[in-house]
Amino acid sequence: MTLLEINQLSLSIQSYPVLHDVSLSVAEGEIVAITGESGSGKSMTAFAVMQLLPKGAHTDGWIALAGQDITGLSEADLCQMRGNDMGMVFQEPMTALNPVQTIGAQVAETIRIHEPQVSLAQAEDRAAQTLARVGLPQDRFPLSRFPHELSGGQRQRVVIAMAIALRPRLLIADEPTTALDVTTQAQILDLLKSLVQEDGMGLLIITHDLAVVADMADRIVVMRKGEIVEQGATGDLLRDMRHPYTRMLFAASSHEVTLPAAPAPLPLLEVRNITRDYRLPRKTPFGPPGSFRAVDDVSFTLQRGERLGLVGESGCGKSTLTRAILGLEQVQNGSITLDGEPVFTGNQPNLVVRRKMQVVFQDPFGSFNPRHRVARLITEPFHLLQDPPTGAARTHAVAEALEAVGLSATDGDKYIHEFSGGQRQRIAIARALIIRPELIIFDEAVSALDVSVRAQILDLLAELCRDYDLTYLFISHDLSVVRSVTDRVLVMKSGQIVEQGPTREVFENPQHIYTQTLIAAAPVLPDIGVPA
Amino acid sequence: MLRYTLKRLLSLVISLAVASIVIFVVIEVAPGDPASFMLGMNAQPETLAALRSELGLDASKPERYLTWVTGMLSGDFGTSYTYRTPVSQMIGDRLWISLPLALYALALSTLVAFPAGIYAASRRGQAGDIGVMGATQLGVAVPNFWFAMMLVLIFAINLRWFAAGGFVGWDQGFWAGLHALTLPAIALALPQAAILARVMRSSLLDVLGEDFMRTARAKGLTARQALWRHGLRNALIPVLTIIGLQFSFLLAGSIIIEQVFYLPGLGRLVFQSISARDLIVVESVVMLLVFSVIVVNFLVDLAYAAVDPRLRSRA
Repeated sequence: MTLLEINQLSLSIQSYPVLHDVSLSVAEGEIVAITGESGSGKSMTAFAVMQLLPKGAHTDGWIALAGQDITGLSEADLCQMRGNDMGMVFQEPMTALNPVQTIGAQVAETIRIHEPQVSLAQAEDRAAQTLARVGLPQDRFPLSRFPHELSGGQRQRVVIAMAIALRPRLLIADEPTTALDVTTQAQILDLLKSLVQEDGMGLLIITHDLAVVADMADRIVVMRKGEIVEQGATGDLLRDMRHPYTRMLFAASSHEVTLPAAPAPLPLLEVRNITRDYRLPRKTPFGPPGSFRAVDDVSFTLQRGERLGLVGESGCGKSTLTRAILGLEQVQNGSITLDGEPVFTGNQPNLVVRRKMQVVFQDPFGSFNPRHRVARLITEPFHLLQDPPTGAARTHAVAEALEAVGLSATDGDKYIHEFSGGQRQRIAIARALIIRPELIIFDEAVSALDVSVRAQILDLLAELCRDYDLTYLFISHDLSVVRSVTDRVLVMKSGQIVEQGPTREVFENPQHIYTQTLIAAAPVLPDIGVPA
Repeated sequence: MLRYTLKRLLSLVISLAVASIVIFVVIEVAPGDPASFMLGMNAQPETLAALRSELGLDASKPERYLTWVTGMLSGDFGTSYTYRTPVSQMIGDRLWISLPLALYALALSTLVAFPAGIYAASRRGQAGDIGVMGATQLGVAVPNFWFAMMLVLIFAINLRWFAAGGFVGWDQGFWAGLHALTLPAIALALPQAAILARVMRSSLLDVLGEDFMRTARAKGLTARQALWRHGLRNALIPVLTIIGLQFSFLLAGSIIIEQVFYLPGLGRLVFQSISARDLIVVESVVMLLVFSVIVVNFLVDLAYAAVDPRLRSRA
């Protein structure tokens, strides 16, 4: 039976069109996935169903839940439905919970708000049952826990518990696993699937991750720029994609690039037995401070011209290792040398080494000063040089760097807000390239990008490898990307490198149990053989 | 929570000790010998020496510091050079006006600012918000001595509801005392309330934009329920900080208002002692104010922890 029906829904916010003519339905016990790139209107569709739209929103068309049109309902009636007939799970588990209330109080609130006759004790009892149901049993996760005492995955379970406490008929999950590690993602997706089966709920899941979509959904809805371009049963749609955008999306998701062969091995970066401890707060006022070992006896060699990957989940020490290599932080033990020169000399970062390295960060928005022009932004690394180019030589260097990343020399006069996310990441790469470093570190450099843009940036990387003989360390949680753009890979867990080897070998025949878990947990796109 | 409290308490004691040393050293460094100042230019050396030993000025510096600190701990702040009366008594008399006045003003300011800030935040961009924000703008801009004079003009001279100045003393009864302090308290509270309302509004607006507010709405809470149950407590931290700062300011910074209303408060005492080079009084009042600032900060720290569980477990 049809549970949710959206019919010709159009939405504008402050007269800016957001959704156009969206029609879809979710049946009881059915999992429908809405997918698309950023700005496609997939989240807004979800908020329209919850009727939690921003101010100034105007909708046309109708949305029916169990046969009742909810677009005309009063706010009081809608409050009755939210949490009771439909629940919602959000993207950011770290911020979706009230930090000053216990998890028990927050789950019990869903019950108490809709059933005021239930006593607090009864509500807490039911909250405990619900938390146990989502995998947070009382003996380990009592109601009195605060959100900050839980991990991201555990917090997402609390959010799910709040949403399903009253066994709603419809559950909406907006990018529920995007902020989580792959192994946690697999667990949360399994939990959602089992809840749908047990309760016969309809699940509307919104995600940009096509592998998740293909793995989970009964039906797929593909959106672009506020419109549905294609929808259908998962199997049918994967077999026979009608719309070119759908084909492009799937092709871009499994995009692979061919790297030129790496030159003969010649060590460039040598990391020997490094260890980095962080001090923890003292347990007692005069007791010894505790310590946390973020990087534990890590050694590896990066050859000149080699493309090395580093994978691992959050908190595994990737970032600490990166900062240590870049000379932003000193390690307690071991040595890091580039071309035989130490990264740190006499407790000072070694400038000779530093000018041979550059880094590209994840956030294309946050890593630029918005008040500087692009030409000034990308020449920032010139500070490292002893005699940086000036005048015509500088202009030439700017033009060359911008053209190398597929932009034009005139873009140097623009400000960063005039560019899209993908273009900004190109500018970040131009900034790294401009002093022709020996080594570039890509720190989650494509993680924030849409799949189509990501595919273009990966192509650019392969191109630059051919033109500039790049040596890079590519850090990512996304296994499919690492697989495509690296020759060799390191797998890191709890501060240690648990496995390393040629990328293909590690992925096809993982030796360490952790690597096996990681690869098994990563959702994989079915091989559908779409032409790129 | 106990460990957090003990840690804050330890830091309170250390701060007080450091502050007392700094104050003592600064006053020591300041030129001028109180004994020769008291006796005038033509004093006999013997008389001077006698007075110095009477005042305890001939002892070594660490000894004098210890005498000063232990004296303060037992409530003996020394004797005023000008008035030859115990400093503790002078301060005590003034404190009985300044402390209730500060608390009264703070209570008024909080009582006005909380509803105004919450009201404005919940009606962001609407007429009510614009009205409240305009009023707070005025409240910050109006000079408080002018506002105080207007209050006197309207409520004391025209309407004759209040006295124009002076203080009847607490022996006339609590309500009479409070009545006498009402106009000065309003004059003091106005700019504080305006500032506090703006902080409350912006802090609450920040919280209203948080993800967990959306979660609360998705659970079925109305906008109002979400604001009261989830918004307010999270918005309190910056507000508590401002309240703490305001209390310390009100305790000592009310000299202009004390002057307008002829109130013998701490502000006037400091002003008079500085003019008269009565260093021991200045020293003691400064120490008292430092003490109140540190204690208020300690209380604000405890309030933070009561509001935010993350602080409790971090300690």
